[in-house]
Amino acid sequence: MAQRYRLDKGGRIDRDRPVDFTFNGRAYQGYAGDTLGSALLANGVHLVGRSFKYHRPRGIFSAGAEEANALVQVGEGAATLADLKATQVELYEGLSARSVNCYPSLDFDIGEVNSLASKLFPAGFYYKTFMWPQAGWPMYERFIRKAAGLGEAPLEPDPDFYDKRYAHADVLVAGAGPAGLAAALAAARSGARVILADEQHELGGSLLSGRDEVDGKPGSDWAAEAERELRANENVRILPRSVVFGYYDHNWIDILENLSDHLANKPADAPRQRMWKVRANQVVLATGAIERPLVFRDNDRPGIMLASAARSYVNRWAVRPGESAVLFTNNDGAYAAALDMKAAGIKIAAAVDLRAEAEGELTQAARDAGIEVLAGHGIAATEGHKRVRRVKVAPLSADGRSLAGEARTLNCDLVAMSGGWNPTVHLHSQSRGKLRFDAELATFVPDRAVQAERSAGACNGTFGLADVLGEGFAAGEAAAEAAGFSVEKAPRPQAGNGKFLPARWLWLTPSSKPVGHGGKHFVDFQNDVTAADLQLALREGYTSVEHVKRYTTTGMGTDQGKTSNVNALGVVSEFRGVPIEELGVTTFRPPYTPVTFGAWGGRDVGDLFDPIRRTPMHSWHARAGAEFENVGMWKRPWYYPKAGEGMHEAVQRESKAARESLGILDATTLGRIDIQGPDSAEFLNRVYTNGWKTLKPGAIRYGLMLGEDGMVMDDGVTACLGENHYLMHTTSGGAAEVLAHLEEYLQTEWPELQVYLTTVTEQYATAAIAGPNARKLLAELTDDIDVDPDAFPFMSWREGTVAGVWARVMRISFSGDLSFEINVEAHNGLHLWQTLMNAGEKYNITPYGTETMHVLRAEKGFIIVGQETDGTVTPVDLGMEKLCSTKKDFIGKRSLSRPDMQDPNRKQFVGLLPDDPNEVLEEGAQLVETVKSQPPMDMVGHVTSSYMSPNLGRGFALALVKGGLHKHGQKVYAPMPGKTIACTVTSPVFFDPEGERLRA
Amino acid sequence: MLLIPCPYCGERAENEFSYGGEAHKPRPEVPEEISDATWADYVFLQKNTKGTYYERWIHSHGCRRWFNLVRDTLTHEIHGAYRMGEAPPKVDEKTYV
Amino acid sequence: MKARYSIFSLARNALSSHENWPQAWRSPEPKKEYDVVIVGGGGHGLVTAYYLAKEHGITNVAVIEKGWLGGGNTGRNTTIVRSNYMWDESAALYEHSLKLWENMTKELNFNVMFSQRGVLNLAHTLNEVRITKRRIHANRLNGIDSEWVEPEQVKEWVPIIDLRGNGRYPVLGGSLQRRGGTARHDAVAWGYARAADALGVDIIQQCAVEGFDIEDGRVTGVRTSKGAIKAKKVGVVVAGHAGVLANMAGFKLPINSRPLQALVSEPVKPCVHCVVMAGAVHAYISQSDKGELVIGAGTDAYNSYAQWGSNPVTEDTLAAICELYPLFRRMRMMRQWGGVVDTCPDASPIISTTPVKGLYFNCGWGTGGFKATPGSGHIFADTVANDRPHPIAEPFSLERFKTGFLIDEHAAAGVAH
Repeated sequence: MAQRYRLDKGGRIDRDRPVDFTFNGRAYQGYAGDTLGSALLANGVHLVGRSFKYHRPRGIFSAGAEEANALVQVGEGAATLADLKATQVELYEGLSARSVNCYPSLDFDIGEVNSLASKLFPAGFYYKTFMWPQAGWPMYERFIRKAAGLGEAPLEPDPDFYDKRYAHADVLVAGAGPAGLAAALAAARSGARVILADEQHELGGSLLSGRDEVDGKPGSDWAAEAERELRANENVRILPRSVVFGYYDHNWIDILENLSDHLANKPADAPRQRMWKVRANQVVLATGAIERPLVFRDNDRPGIMLASAARSYVNRWAVRPGESAVLFTNNDGAYAAALDMKAAGIKIAAAVDLRAEAEGELTQAARDAGIEVLAGHGIAATEGHKRVRRVKVAPLSADGRSLAGEARTLNCDLVAMSGGWNPTVHLHSQSRGKLRFDAELATFVPDRAVQAERSAGACNGTFGLADVLGEGFAAGEAAAEAAGFSVEKAPRPQAGNGKFLPARWLWLTPSSKPVGHGGKHFVDFQNDVTAADLQLALREGYTSVEHVKRYTTTGMGTDQGKTSNVNALGVVSEFRGVPIEELGVTTFRPPYTPVTFGAWGGRDVGDLFDPIRRTPMHSWHARAGAEFENVGMWKRPWYYPKAGEGMHEAVQRESKAARESLGILDATTLGRIDIQGPDSAEFLNRVYTNGWKTLKPGAIRYGLMLGEDGMVMDDGVTACLGENHYLMHTTSGGAAEVLAHLEEYLQTEWPELQVYLTTVTEQYATAAIAGPNARKLLAELTDDIDVDPDAFPFMSWREGTVAGVWARVMRISFSGDLSFEINVEAHNGLHLWQTLMNAGEKYNITPYGTETMHVLRAEKGFIIVGQETDGTVTPVDLGMEKLCSTKKDFIGKRSLSRPDMQDPNRKQFVGLLPDDPNEVLEEGAQLVETVKSQPPMDMVGHVTSSYMSPNLGRGFALALVKGGLHKHGQKVYAPMPGKTIACTVTSPVFFDPEGERLRA
Repeated sequence: MLLIPCPYCGERAENEFSYGGEAHKPRPEVPEEISDATWADYVFLQKNTKGTYYERWIHSHGCRRWFNLVRDTLTHEIHGAYRMGEAPPKVDEKTYV
Repeated sequence: MKARYSIFSLARNALSSHENWPQAWRSPEPKKEYDVVIVGGGGHGLVTAYYLAKEHGITNVAVIEKGWLGGGNTGRNTTIVRSNYMWDESAALYEHSLKLWENMTKELNFNVMFSQRGVLNLAHTLNEVRITKRRIHANRLNGIDSEWVEPEQVKEWVPIIDLRGNGRYPVLGGSLQRRGGTARHDAVAWGYARAADALGVDIIQQCAVEGFDIEDGRVTGVRTSKGAIKAKKVGVVVAGHAGVLANMAGFKLPINSRPLQALVSEPVKPCVHCVVMAGAVHAYISQSDKGELVIGAGTDAYNSYAQWGSNPVTEDTLAAICELYPLFRRMRMMRQWGGVVDTCPDASPIISTTPVKGLYFNCGWGTGGFKATPGSGHIFADTVANDRPHPIAEPFSLERFKTGFLIDEHAAAGVAH
């Protein structure tokens, strides 16, 4: 029968909207407003999962984020989600879920064999075995890895997308239970901008699960009224389905908002989740509390759940989680669950109460309602494989450490347990607020706050509803005041004020045998950590709380110890005889509940993962079929293959054309820094190794820039544009770094220099034309620039009109040939390029990419910073000592005179010619002087650049070789897999060593 | 995400800034006259204080100005920001073990 | 002698409900004096103590630890072990270490679960390809296993990877070290602690160093929260706190302490079978034997001793993971944390004598110290015992910052200059 365990009336479900779903392939029905957990219980499904290590049958044990057992895989294919807690999954039409960590099925799980041999698998067993033979570990590990994991990662790319949003708040309230709603009301009434976030779809928190009244009406009605008031206030942003998961520096709060997981028809054009990144002036934490399980023998069977969860299922979801229940408690508050269950028609077999004197308001009410209260009793054992069937109940000795009488058997299919409450102090702790052990509550409560936050309500250790509401209002008022708003104190709502105390703190319920000798007293359900495991860890010397945790893995499951951490401390305290407050507590780390990776990535994936920079001529390159290379953030044409050409053929063709007639390169990506101010020349003198004071307007000079460690960091040419005005060029990838480097010195070391730097990289587009016909082409396209070599010599620039637009033409060369770099305003870049291509047709103008640029410059022995250098190369190593002025200081100069910089055996820049002219060395190949039959071999250097040159008609390379400046003519060898390549060390300049062509 | 008070722009999020390490460590006036050890001290060695630290930052995605910050490197508490060349604010300095 | 661990001892103890296991190590009070005090009870410090006792006959040794042993970076890292470093000096150091890894479980009679599942370092740009090949060739000629893998081979090793990288960071290939892998980090600390303790080393936890006693330029002891302890020699191995201890001894180090973040996902069935490192985007991933995806980020941008990371770094790293592994976008981060790493200007460690006689420092491991644990401790023990650097440690002296012989591993780490 459908929803056989649904109560006839009540609950916050919409009975007009039935929802069909499947679990492990079977069809079920629930109602809108259900969670997967409540819907399964409504259908009488209690066995939902298997534990990690022993594969014990497990059921739904909570009604919220603390769930350790009921983990499910939801959805199929690319949209599947692993390890969701059934208690948090909102039901929607067509939802399909299945159990994790069981094979072949949930009902019959082969892994349960582990349970039989569980004595061999105590905590840390794997540290003590799988050691013989040593070579056997990979085999053992394969076996172990088969057992790893719970759910399954999707195997296809995520079809959804995610969003991020920044927000500011005067007061951020985490949690919309009674305290949070009260705080939000108080803050909002002052005019403060408030953000109120709650992990559930409905505001109200514990008011939705209880039967408490506020101001004479049901608590849920009060919550609805509060929500209405807040929604009417334009300064308030309410975020349901939004968990405040991280509390970081300086009141930075991260919130994960679920937007479509709960929808049957997920909109394709809307994000699945959104991460809110909030800077809050003040924060109110109203995150409630989580009930503690009790640690007793075989306390993990399906049907054993938290008393508060049982109560929630009855009141909020109108579900009977059992027919016959036993309440097992150590406190008065849990009797509310017994009373509500009884009112819902569930038989209460008995209330087993650890307290010797079971007293209290609710305990009395239970007695009055005819519930049998077994004071001073504990559950000594449970039975039932896939569902609890009966429990054995026995009186306890006075100290609670042993049984003191005959056990009595109670039939039941539900055990509602309560071991007290743990305030949800996670966010307070994440914010680095201190915690204090409260002996009365036997748990940790917030102590001193470090950031601008305050805790209110149950998360602050306050449990009476009237007190909780009062504290919420007070916290909201205080937060608003601290944020600069004036507050009128509102009257506090009327409500009952029952606490869950009195209680008896007994961390471990005894059974007929000592711990470890029979049955399992689970502390961490998901990771199958028992009290015996904790005991073993302590016995073996793992006494620090962190050691216990790591050795046993307690608290390290997907619930991150929400229900196990304090119990583990209690058990450890008991065994060691050390008070809990002296044990300390392990650190709470973000996130509070698991957070989707995709939400962290947001839209910063795909095309937006990193900025892509394209030059104004990019569309032309793309149309021409260029292959692109990523250089920094730039897309640069790498080579332009024609039909049938591979990279090699294209580069050979491009290289030849650029030497023999005319090539054209998009040089837009070079970094450009405009330098102005009366001290500019002095500044250049300090940042470059060479001298700059003699450079005249119209002239250009090459400069080498070092870090203070003496290593080459960048190079490029700088043009003197006018008096006290320069334009510096940097490498394409180094522009930002160089600008930052220059600004740093200017602002921090030499503030007295009047120099102003502006990045102008994006202002210009540059086409470099190179080759013997470059001058002819330029002359055709300009009327006002005299291109005569005497009027426009090498290393100078001229301004004028080229192709009808303003241009600054620089006669510089990175190819080693006659070359002009024509700079125009960026928006004219494509026009310039097309004009050059059209006019250059008669010269067979050939566009070339970075690969050909590399070949041409390497023929000429020009370095590329980052390729010939790697952060360990000095100008001396490059044979550029003459570029280092002896007449002035410059950045990095002092480092060059350190003893190890003088070593003649440093790696130095050379050329290499393989003996076989057809050989092209691999870039990165290592070089030796003496080849041995096998490694190790003493390496003397490595190949930095290597190409086949159509102009030299052979392969050639550049390299760094120990003492290489004095080894020209000597042999070195590159021992490659399968062969050894012999080479001769040469000068790195292979082409036009006198520089006649570039000065032509 | 730190909230850093740029002395020129006001409070901004950490990811608008870049870090420049220890402050008040001037470049030697005449590097050639100092020992290798003194030079190494300038280029490489760090106070790396655990506690109150005087450090340099630049508002690189803002005004692009360098300034100094006094920050506790354990708690991340910021005690003040001041412009290059200005004297640091009086701070109750702390160091931790 | 300790009880030996084996399947037989496990079965035997199962019969007595595991109630007869001995302590893995003692928790003694400090003695008045030791021949050597090692400051820092992380992996490196414990290994140092172990080898002082085992190979140098120095058993009157204390390891003093401010918190709990293995609680610093040993227990906070992403457990990657490899030795395919670029420079000869580094390769010698890390390969020495890798060889010790390969025998560690047997040596310690403690399963550290050293899993040689292979480490892939991806190359995403042409420059990275060059640098990677340079490193591979250097490894090969140094006798270290290291091979170039083409993109399609990367796909075979990591079927779930997206090679296209959206055109932005395509996978152009990578280096593979088959002998590389992961280990159970806590077990390394515990195993060495147990083994050192068995040789007589006193491991003293909850004992913070508050200062050094130095007479005539020679260290004579340490002052601690448990009182003064005399020592003939003191070895300091405290990672992120090296600068703090150096300040106590009156000198400075070339070290900046920075948080390094890591995070794990919820456990899922194994789908990443090796370690995959993508230096260009700072995203390192492997999957633990429990099923969690273990993800490492780059260091935070500013000095900090806080053991948590800066938010933007988490975002960047997970964006990179989402980009390289689009199917992981639906996975969820379960826990994140930070460790304080001691970064050196050349990304190489310092294993060195110091300006104070009898005081030795082992630090500067930055983001890569875990893999060096056994080798670092081994040569540091030798350095301390003989009052001179072990040959492998020689290039890693503090002096190098004066003389200029830096061992700059940034290029090998794929960080472009």
